Amino acid sequence: MTARAQFDADIDAALADAPLQRALADVPAGFVAGRRRAREELPEFEPLRRVGRDIRDHALAHLDLYLEAFEGNATKAGSRVHWAASGDDACRIVLDICRAAGARTITKSKSMVSEEIELRERLQDAEFDVVETDLGEYLVQIRNEKPSHIIAPAIHMRAEDVANVFRRQHGHLAADRQLDTPEKMIAEARGILRDKFLAADVGITGANFLVAETGSAIIVTNEGNADLTMSLPKVHVILTSIDKVVPTFNDAWPLLRLLARSATGQAFTAYTTIVTGPRQPTDPDGPEQCHIVLLDNGRTELLASEMRSVLRCIRCGACMNHCPVYCSIGGHAYNSVYPGPIGAALSPALAGAGQAAHLAEASTFCGRCEQVCPVEIPLVSVMRQWRSLALEQPRSRRARLMLHAWARLAQHPRIYRWCAGIAARSLKWLAGSGARIRRLPFLHAWTDYRDLAAPQGGTFQQQWAQRDRKRAQRDRADVSAARARKSDSAP
Amino acid sequence: MPSEATCAEAVAERIAHPLQHWPLRSIRADEPAGVSKQALIGRFKAQLGRLGADLIEVGSVAEIPAALANYVAANVADDAAGLARIRMGSDAFLAALPWSSTSGLEIATGKAEAADVIGVSRAIAGVAETGTLVLVSGADNPVTLGYLPETHIVVLEAGAIVASYEEAMQSVLVATGGRMPRTVNLITGASRTGDIGGKIVMGAHGPRRVAVVLWAA
Amino acid sequence: MGGRFGVLSTNQCHPVISMTEVFARRPRVGLFVTCLVDLMRPSVGFAAVRLLEAAGCEVVVPEGQTCCGQPAYNGGDAENARKIAMLTMRAFDGFDYVVAPSGSCAAMLKVHYPRLLADDKQHASAARAFAERVHELCAFLIDVCGLEQVPGSFAGRVTYHDGCSGLRELKVREQPRRLLAIVPGLELCEMSDTDACCGFGGLFAMKFPAISNAMVTKKCANAASAKPDLLLSGEMGCLLNVAGKLSRQGAEIECRHIAEVLAGEMTAPAIACSNDGQRR
Repeated sequence: MTARAQFDADIDAALADAPLQRALADVPAGFVAGRRRAREELPEFEPLRRVGRDIRDHALAHLDLYLEAFEGNATKAGSRVHWAASGDDACRIVLDICRAAGARTITKSKSMVSEEIELRERLQDAEFDVVETDLGEYLVQIRNEKPSHIIAPAIHMRAEDVANVFRRQHGHLAADRQLDTPEKMIAEARGILRDKFLAADVGITGANFLVAETGSAIIVTNEGNADLTMSLPKVHVILTSIDKVVPTFNDAWPLLRLLARSATGQAFTAYTTIVTGPRQPTDPDGPEQCHIVLLDNGRTELLASEMRSVLRCIRCGACMNHCPVYCSIGGHAYNSVYPGPIGAALSPALAGAGQAAHLAEASTFCGRCEQVCPVEIPLVSVMRQWRSLALEQPRSRRARLMLHAWARLAQHPRIYRWCAGIAARSLKWLAGSGARIRRLPFLHAWTDYRDLAAPQGGTFQQQWAQRDRKRAQRDRADVSAARARKSDSAP
Repeated sequence: MPSEATCAEAVAERIAHPLQHWPLRSIRADEPAGVSKQALIGRFKAQLGRLGADLIEVGSVAEIPAALANYVAANVADDAAGLARIRMGSDAFLAALPWSSTSGLEIATGKAEAADVIGVSRAIAGVAETGTLVLVSGADNPVTLGYLPETHIVVLEAGAIVASYEEAMQSVLVATGGRMPRTVNLITGASRTGDIGGKIVMGAHGPRRVAVVLWAA
Repeated sequence: MGGRFGVLSTNQCHPVISMTEVFARRPRVGLFVTCLVDLMRPSVGFAAVRLLEAAGCEVVVPEGQTCCGQPAYNGGDAENARKIAMLTMRAFDGFDYVVAPSGSCAAMLKVHYPRLLADDKQHASAARAFAERVHELCAFLIDVCGLEQVPGSFAGRVTYHDGCSGLRELKVREQPRRLLAIVPGLELCEMSDTDACCGFGGLFAMKFPAISNAMVTKKCANAASAKPDLLLSGEMGCLLNVAGKLSRQGAEIECRHIAEVLAGEMTAPAIACSNDGQRR
């Protein structure tokens, strides 16, 4: 099955999935309303978006130099910086670190980069006991699923689904325990994951930003799981991508002001942690080693392209929360690590256009994503560019021919008008005496779901030309009448 | 097209002299000379309230242990002997508090252990913008105190409340003598999650409860 | 030209234009009909003409126009979109204003033509100058003409759907509402998520019919909960989609282009309705 055919099948399944639809129905009241409130409370929110955009653009324009500065300062602070060109390289680097540490248990906080390179699966294949500590990621892990949202990985699940999977997964607990509230389930997860935190040998986190001036990483969570992940084991691995670097802390704060407000509607995330290197000589806690793995995986190529603005993304998820397509089908149907508008814009660059360029088709270009993006990524323009690249592919031959034929027509007004007239009359004829067409084989994609209004008859251009002719006749009549009056009254 | 050397200079300059991107007008509203300390403290307290954090205000340093003990007695279950154990680091300010003036608290020092119920730390700064506490890691205030125990009590001097994260970072560097600690922890309310059924629940992994002992001389 | 000019005639049925007298001081407006109005609902074009004439404009419909080129542009065929842009610009050369009864077509002309031709040294500045003269109908009537009275009237409840391009690319939001507020008898009742996409999206509705259906179903539910007699929009594509869905659902709500109500051109049956107002 082609990626596009799979997409169609997944769309149908998602639309027919009643529990998923109920879960998606809550997005507007949650994230969307939350962002609206947060925006209203910060009068400078809109100008702040432009500041955010400029900071990201500046950092990306000098990415090589900032990465160099970051590496230098991180190394000075005692971190070890690793460069990974591909996902495979990054996985190998992390595997080697874990093996060298003699690790058995590995805790992980949420990292979309790790999803991108399927790190957990790779570590599990190598017989490590890996556990996701972000509650949503943990739920996704124990249900053998993928995240369906970049900040709320389990947004597709309902509380009942969680209770069910907890009963199955946590078989050692009393079978008759109550799991009827989120509080009870969270308390249970807390207990299970606490043991993992304390047992972990290696903790893997992502990073929201890297700060060049000090070689620091900034990591935000609401649960505090990243802090337990990084501070309890003897080795801390920060896995992130090269686009996350900003020059200074002063550049990070505006982005952090935007991030939580755009994501959940909080003014600030509960835990924002700046981490600079491993445990220092007098520290009683913290890891002995700090490794930073910087992944490229297609990003430098994207940086060199016209679509580089996609790399501004700070992964807030606002574009998907506000996307009518995402809110109709959820994240899984995209079959892409990054779903929604940012997924359509980013995934073809990371996963290859053959795998993901069709995602850019799944947009009405309504532009709501651009309107809420905290760094003003022109998502619609980027999707349009992917469409443009896809159109040049051999498999788009039919679409290309049809577009070209239509465009030819649109460049010849006289023929266009004639064809429009025929089309209007034909549709009218098909509608018969009715005002709508209920079924039209060559437009079944339309008429399967809705009626097609019958056209009124002749085109506007035809009717206007008739009116013009009548007017001209009347004007001529007026003129001759006036002449006649003039000659009558002449002496 | 700028040359490589010019780019390198621009980058070095940006790092050496960071831009102050944001004047935070919404916090320094209508006060040309900057907002008064009192207004900042007011905003900080209001933000803490919205986050669901508890606020314990005391008028002097000497009152801190008793206020803390009262809070613990009222909110945290103590053990059979009627003692509540708190854990703190070797922070000189905290160590110098008159702990002997109060009963009911048993004080342990060092980093947090799995069984600890209450962690006590001292914050370097408070950020009025969002009610954020700013802590630094190290032996004085081990970072685990803020994450393993179910209750985290943070002692903060009202005078250390600043408007923004930018200023708080300056406070951190002043306190550490310009050295970056392993972690700077910005804590804004208690641990929370919305991952089950979209409902926000406190105490996902870290503290269920955060209390701030705000003291002013 | 520019700024506001006085309203010369209102409340006239087809104001008879005495060509020579007022020609000099009346702005010449080229009406960009849009392909959907041309094909499906010419009455919207006549309503637009009537409104523009009521606002004191001389209206011309250049024969050289076809489609704005959105299908090519959004389909990824910038080259053909550029050619169509050049054709449209030529067709509308010499007018004081170019007005379209559609936010998305106006946005194509106003926002995207200059982008398409930005790297074309020969035509970039012409495209920018052209864009300056382009307006969406409602925005033109309010922002440029300062229209304070409209020919139409309507006794009933109306809800208004914002087309996405007009709303977000041209910031057309208040103007249609201000116009509706001056229609005698009309009561505007906003639906929730009025700014949410209806799921039309040009070829999107054909390429992803099931998602489009989910979106338009939500839109219809939102519209129904406002309990309107009439749903209006400034976007023919959205209207065909929403009216088609409401018709399939057997809903009572009628759909029309906002220009029809403003101009009092209500003799044509509502979209997908027959003469007696019934859906057959």
